[in-house]
Amino acid sequence: MLSVKEIHTYYGNIQALKGVSLDIEKGEIITLIGANGAGKSTTLMSISGLMHPRSGKIFYQNMPLHLLSPEKIVSLGIVQVPEGRRIFPDFTVMENLEMGAYLRSDKPQLKKDYDYIFELFPILKDRKRQLGGTLSGGEQQMLAISRALMAKPKLLLLDEPSLGLAPMVIKQIFQIIRKINSEQSTTILLVEQNANLALQTADRGYVIENGLIIMQDKAEKLLQNEEVKKAYLGIV
Amino acid sequence: MKLRIIHSLIITFWFMLLCFPLVVLKIDYLEKSIRFRWINLFLTGLCVFFISLLWRYFLSRRRKYFLRLPEHFFDLHQSRLIRSKPFLFIFSLVFLSLPLILPNYHTSILITAMIYVVLGLGLNIVVGLAGLLDLGYAAFFAIGGYSFALLNHYFGFGFWASLPIAASLACLGGVLLGIPVLRLRGDYLAIVTLGFGEIIRLILENWEAFTKGPSGIPDLPKPGLFGIQLDFYSSTIYLYYLLILCMLAAILVTKRLSYSKTGRAWVALREDEIAAQSMGIDTTKTKLTAFGIGAFWAGIVGAFFASKNSFVDPSSFTFHESAIILSIVVLGGMGSILGVILATMILVLLPEYLRFLESYRMLIFGAIMVIMMVFRPEGLVKSVRQQYDFKNLK
Repeated sequence: MLSVKEIHTYYGNIQALKGVSLDIEKGEIITLIGANGAGKSTTLMSISGLMHPRSGKIFYQNMPLHLLSPEKIVSLGIVQVPEGRRIFPDFTVMENLEMGAYLRSDKPQLKKDYDYIFELFPILKDRKRQLGGTLSGGEQQMLAISRALMAKPKLLLLDEPSLGLAPMVIKQIFQIIRKINSEQSTTILLVEQNANLALQTADRGYVIENGLIIMQDKAEKLLQNEEVKKAYLGIV
Repeated sequence: MKLRIIHSLIITFWFMLLCFPLVVLKIDYLEKSIRFRWINLFLTGLCVFFISLLWRYFLSRRRKYFLRLPEHFFDLHQSRLIRSKPFLFIFSLVFLSLPLILPNYHTSILITAMIYVVLGLGLNIVVGLAGLLDLGYAAFFAIGGYSFALLNHYFGFGFWASLPIAASLACLGGVLLGIPVLRLRGDYLAIVTLGFGEIIRLILENWEAFTKGPSGIPDLPKPGLFGIQLDFYSSTIYLYYLLILCMLAAILVTKRLSYSKTGRAWVALREDEIAAQSMGIDTTKTKLTAFGIGAFWAGIVGAFFASKNSFVDPSSFTFHESAIILSIVVLGGMGSILGVILATMILVLLPEYLRFLESYRMLIFGAIMVIMMVFRPEGLVKSVRQQYDFKNLK
């Protein structure tokens, strides 16, 4: 579905990605784990078009993605949930969701999608008219995911959904991620620092270090891998 | 209380020190001596002490002071009185009949005020909705005014023929300014737009062969009315009604726009650019439409302004102008239409009608602005976006 081929991405003169390659098949949950500054978010932003790789190619259903603008990429069905949630604080929950459907033209379909989201996250239904900025961190994360779902993504890019949340909430959010994957057959690329949980959720995993993919395998195999255990799972 | 007195004493002492050369020393040229007027220093100190004490008292009581006002006292846009039909009817009747009752002088001032309302509404799109700080807005006002003036001067175009050209040229100017500053935000954007405003003014001032330089272009015609000859008095009244129409159009358009998809995209962009991008909002297009539509209105009233004065010169479009328009937007409350109108009343009409106070009028003007910003930092009317009602979705 998506294949990232040897991308090199820079912040000015600083090279963040030194030839990252990924392959994502339809219907999978893929996770990209790594330490701070390894290049996880940069990879995601290169896919979603917020950053452009200086060299290398990204193909989405055989279409070159690295040449397109972010809004074109969203319209193709690749939607990112940005790191740190980034919901619109002065918009109500409903308006935030509506922003997610910004590029949708099938208005009659929207009602069904709102209902689906309120079924996934009943708390958002209660908070429908509340301003996004007044939600708790967990609710904001739920809103950010829901907002992205409103764009009807075929591929959902999640950037650290566990960031700054309580363990209970994290667990709930990961359950929902799995649910979205199985019910909507949405392909998911999950970037996480919480390697343990991410690998338990995902089908396959990539380990990124200093802008390079150093390992890739089935998630359960990575969970057993001694190096991964030592470096990312905190098990000695 | 004790703290307040100590603070006031410190301020008094400092003030006395600052004022010392001004109020105490007096040089007597004839006797070649210096007289010390110590009593003045004492009086200054006393005044400052009490003013400071009073100021601090009100500042500390600010919350309580406002709580005693009825709730939503300042939420004028929600006020039932203002929304009620009889009020609106009487208000519009009075407003419409003003030029027939009042002398021409007042009509003329009201025309100026309405020009500023439209300018405020235009800048409100750029600054209030899209969050792009534009310090050179007067440039588009100038483009509008000079387009009309030059078209009239060189090609003999009338007002109505020039108006659409003036508006489109200003709009084009807005888009052209927008392109290079797409990546800039906040302070940097402000600096570039400030520069742009000055560039336009300097071109008008120095390209004498074409723009007549600082001496300006005189003898511009008033808007025509199906070829009917109007004397000075009636043409001012005619202009008054035209500007009411123009203002209503601006209000209607900005209101519709701010609730539209584009308006939503502007606000989303202001709130969080990255989030807006990841929702599929085309930032380039969205920013350029904001600049373009904002400038469009400045172009229109620019032509009205030139026609009203029947004269344009570069000194009408200085940075001071941009600053006043920006103050209107900020004082009114970012993004609020009613706020813009109220702020224009204060910022444009007040200095005009305080003229009898002569040189003190700017002092009072400044004091009012400081007091406003201390007690009402969010602006006169807090902007409340109309929230889409999702009732039918339940």
